Amino acid sequence: MSKISKEEAKRIAKLARIAVTDEEAEKIGPDLSNILGWIEQLAELNTDNVEPLANVANIDLKKRKDEVTDGDMQQDVLANAPESMEGFFVVPKVVE
Amino acid sequence: MSLTDLTIKGALEGLKKKEFTAVELNQAHIDAMAKHKDLNCYITETAGHALTQAAESDKRYASGNTLKLDGIPLGIKDIYCTKGIRTTVASRILENFVPTYESTVTSQLFAAGATCLGKLNLDEFAMGCSNETSYFGNVISPWKSKSEPNKQLVPGGSSGGSAAAVAARLCMGATGTDTGGSIRQPAALTGIVGMKPTYGRCSRWGIVAFASSLDQAGMFARTVEDTALLMNHACGHDEKDSTSSPREVPDFTQSVGQSIKGLKVGIPDEYRIDGLPEEITAEWDKGIEWLKSEGAEIVRISLPHTKYALPTYYIINPAEASSNLARYDGVRYGLRVDEGGNLNDMYEKTRAAGFGPEVRRRIMVGTYALSAGYYDAYYVKAQKTRRLILQDFEKAYEKCDFILTPPAPSAAFGIGEQIDDPIQMYLNDVFTVTVNLAGLPGLTVPTSLNSDGRPLGLQLIGRSFDEETLFRAGAAIEKCANFKAHPFKGDAA
Amino acid sequence: MSNLIKGNTGEWEMVIGLEVHAQVTAQSKLFSGAATEFGAEPNTQVSLVDAAMPGMLPVINEYCIEQAVRTGLGMNAKINLHSVFERKNYFYADLPQGYQISQYLHPVVGLGEIEIDMEDGSTRKIGVTRLHLEQDAGKSIHDQHPTKSFVDLNRSGCALMEIVSEPDMRSPEEAAAYLNKLRMILRYLGTCDGNMEEGSMRCDVNLSLRRPGEEYGTRTETKNVNSIRAVMMSIEYETQRQMEVLESGGQVVQETRLWDPNKLETRSMRSKEDAHDYRYFPCPDLLPLEFDQAYVDKIKATLPELPDQKKHRFTQEFGLSLYDASVLIAEQNRAFYFEEAAKGNDPKLTANWVINELLGALNKAGLDLSESPVNAKQLGQLVARISDNTISGKIAKDVFAIMVETSQDPDTIIEEKGLKQVTDTGAIEKIVDEVIAENPKMVEEYRSGKDKLFGFFVGQVMKKSGGKINPAAANELLKKKLA
Ligand SMILES: [Mg+2]
Ligand SMILES: [Zn+2]
Repeated sequence: MSKISKEEAKRIAKLARIAVTDEEAEKIGPDLSNILGWIEQLAELNTDNVEPLANVANIDLKKRKDEVTDGDMQQDVLANAPESMEGFFVVPKVVE
Repeated sequence: MSLTDLTIKGALEGLKKKEFTAVELNQAHIDAMAKHKDLNCYITETAGHALTQAAESDKRYASGNTLKLDGIPLGIKDIYCTKGIRTTVASRILENFVPTYESTVTSQLFAAGATCLGKLNLDEFAMGCSNETSYFGNVISPWKSKSEPNKQLVPGGSSGGSAAAVAARLCMGATGTDTGGSIRQPAALTGIVGMKPTYGRCSRWGIVAFASSLDQAGMFARTVEDTALLMNHACGHDEKDSTSSPREVPDFTQSVGQSIKGLKVGIPDEYRIDGLPEEITAEWDKGIEWLKSEGAEIVRISLPHTKYALPTYYIINPAEASSNLARYDGVRYGLRVDEGGNLNDMYEKTRAAGFGPEVRRRIMVGTYALSAGYYDAYYVKAQKTRRLILQDFEKAYEKCDFILTPPAPSAAFGIGEQIDDPIQMYLNDVFTVTVNLAGLPGLTVPTSLNSDGRPLGLQLIGRSFDEETLFRAGAAIEKCANFKAHPFKGDAA
Repeated sequence: MSNLIKGNTGEWEMVIGLEVHAQVTAQSKLFSGAATEFGAEPNTQVSLVDAAMPGMLPVINEYCIEQAVRTGLGMNAKINLHSVFERKNYFYADLPQGYQISQYLHPVVGLGEIEIDMEDGSTRKIGVTRLHLEQDAGKSIHDQHPTKSFVDLNRSGCALMEIVSEPDMRSPEEAAAYLNKLRMILRYLGTCDGNMEEGSMRCDVNLSLRRPGEEYGTRTETKNVNSIRAVMMSIEYETQRQMEVLESGGQVVQETRLWDPNKLETRSMRSKEDAHDYRYFPCPDLLPLEFDQAYVDKIKATLPELPDQKKHRFTQEFGLSLYDASVLIAEQNRAFYFEEAAKGNDPKLTANWVINELLGALNKAGLDLSESPVNAKQLGQLVARISDNTISGKIAKDVFAIMVETSQDPDTIIEEKGLKQVTDTGAIEKIVDEVIAENPKMVEEYRSGKDKLFGFFVGQVMKKSGGKINPAAANELLKKKLA
């Protein structure tokens, strides 16, 4: 059964881009372990030779014609932006 | 009789006969909303908007050029993007988000003349079974426990605001979404009707995505016929949703009142789970008797993988959610917490502050289940189990036309009673998630109040794209059960 | 051919694989109806889908699928009738969804190959591992503000074909030849304009070193290498760097590096180990992409003749040299031009005129072939006039210069300027006789054995005739008369 350590919890939080304090990470570990442990009852089920099912929709993939039918709505696109300038979204500097 | 106690069908007749106006009908609901603010059903009220729409309806009634839902006041679950009206998903991260677009389902309903009273509360990002995870506070059920009149009951979730508002007569019908039971379970807990159609029946375009392969829109109302009428307008093919079905939508109201003689009703052995309260089993048995009395034939069926449905669901759901919620990053809309750090700091602080505990929990479970080294053991395993669950149903439908089950393992519980135990909370969806995993339609019909005055109901599960049989059988149960209880009028049963 | 490089401790072999992102030539984006044109005002070619607004859903552009299949067929690759779109999850300012819709376990195109041409005329086959369709990201601008970055989503959601090669290349030249040929194929097919400056074709370089015959070493991936020259330079730089690491007893770190086009060096991108856990899973908003062989065959039937086929045909059918054929097929419209001009003409002569005169003139004028003042029919006519002795090759050059100037037909120019070659033997004889009569001294010297003077007489005859006499005819007559 999965035992999520504090470090593991921090790694997952980092991957999910959610800030956690040490104190929170301490609690997240057992909480996730608890849920994952419960989920792991699936392991007892034999699923050899079963095709995974991603979506039940029983239709062909819908396709569009290659036509410009959208866009040209800069105002709408930026309407809810926390920060924008001269048509751009503005974010804290990205360091590469 | 108060205008708010009318059925939609009754209201439409009254409007046509000019017994009252659409403005009066809407105003009656706006007054009720003001009176029952304590239930916290609405996150955003749009009375002015509804009255403007109602005035338009009245013009049409005057000219005789009316629409199918003209003037009917609806509440909209705050997960549907509504143009110019704040849409929060009950999350701090979208607290001030105002869409510049209208979801397909709501635009269809409004195009049919329905009015919008406001945006209904829900569990944050629809993650919950009790409407206790909303950033805007809990929704309180209008029903009361007889034994503990001071106790506040949950309305169920995630469409708790929708269910409570319809039950409390704060709107005549409401939209919901159902990813694992979020329409059928709250409908059961609040004594109303709720329908989740087949996956692909309703467009998902403009509805905030939670778990895309499971999410379906649906409707609440107080009668089966009203629900059928609303579903006529909620359903339909949408070119903008690649998973939306091109199938023709029948007039569902035609099914209501049709005989169920000769229909085969499947009763799954595996749903008689350990520890199920006596009252739930008893209600189920009553349902079986009602259907028999209407000429249906009862068939024992087996859905052998039922016990794996919840764990399967709690892999697929958080996995998809963790990815769907990645877009809430403080860049293009929504909350941004920027304390002067770099972009990554901004992401992490925004998402930590913007999401509540249950949302963060699911994102982390989902992130873990998809991460390197765990993907096969969790996600692929769940997809395989999902196929087995679908095959269970396909096999069962060789023997029966629809399935009857309880909608939830208990009647409404008290606020705060389960919130600290996530697994206990997840178990509330034990009878509903299978339906989402298999993409089938499901209908909840209210049947009675338990000895403590809390509503009980039944769930009907149909074949893929066979909502009609559910409306037919649901109406038969409705007739037999003759559920007339009113949350504010004592025990009227 | 050996491409081994000498280090202090012995010889090393480069192992190079390239990942090319080629923007699909399409009007609208892969999953939205927004326009794809380059250079628009920021965030104007963005739909609500491209900005990943809540509740937005992708719907695929069928033309992009067709373009991917076409490209696969152009690389003789396996076309997969079943493929799956997956989400590649990571956070970045210009990735609005927080994931890229891409293909992972089941790409639309599988194994293929591309034949590359080396300087020395040899060819080599480079394997193509796969081609898959995916969304492009937007663009972040980091140098406009001290503490802020600016994000433009115009490019967000444009369709890309990621074309991954096998680690089959062994030198910078081979890498360049691969990119050249790939770009040529894409352009022939019309599936990508191959414009590296505008970023519609971008390249990541995977490189490792090994001792000849040994197992592959640890590789690095260098991103942002956006011209063929830069690819070669980055390979040289990275080879040097890795060799120094290895020869000093160190180990190459498997990492992503960035090509700095100003400093001409690669550098390690800030370690982002966790970002490498992309958590791919099938995109639940999209169903698997399925088509039948008939669909593939239909596209196959519309495939143009590809560069290599053309090259082989030009050498075999027309007897052109490999070099000439390679020059002519380098661009599809050049090959078309040549074939049109060569209709009914001597192909070798036509090839010379296209390569030396036409391309030279266009180059001088800074014009593209599509803007040529001389069309293929006209050039063909000119070549025909040389072949049928209406004009000499020398006069033809003058006529051509006028054609470039005026776009007139060569026949019109020849007629108007009276440049027609004199073929009447009587008229030629008259001029020859005149020249002999006018230069008695020279005639004497020639007859006394100064053979070299023959050229002088030819020159005089040509001069007198204004170049209109067929030099062969003049030669023949002069020889007879001077004998
Ligand atoms: Mg790659
Ligand atoms: Zn890529």
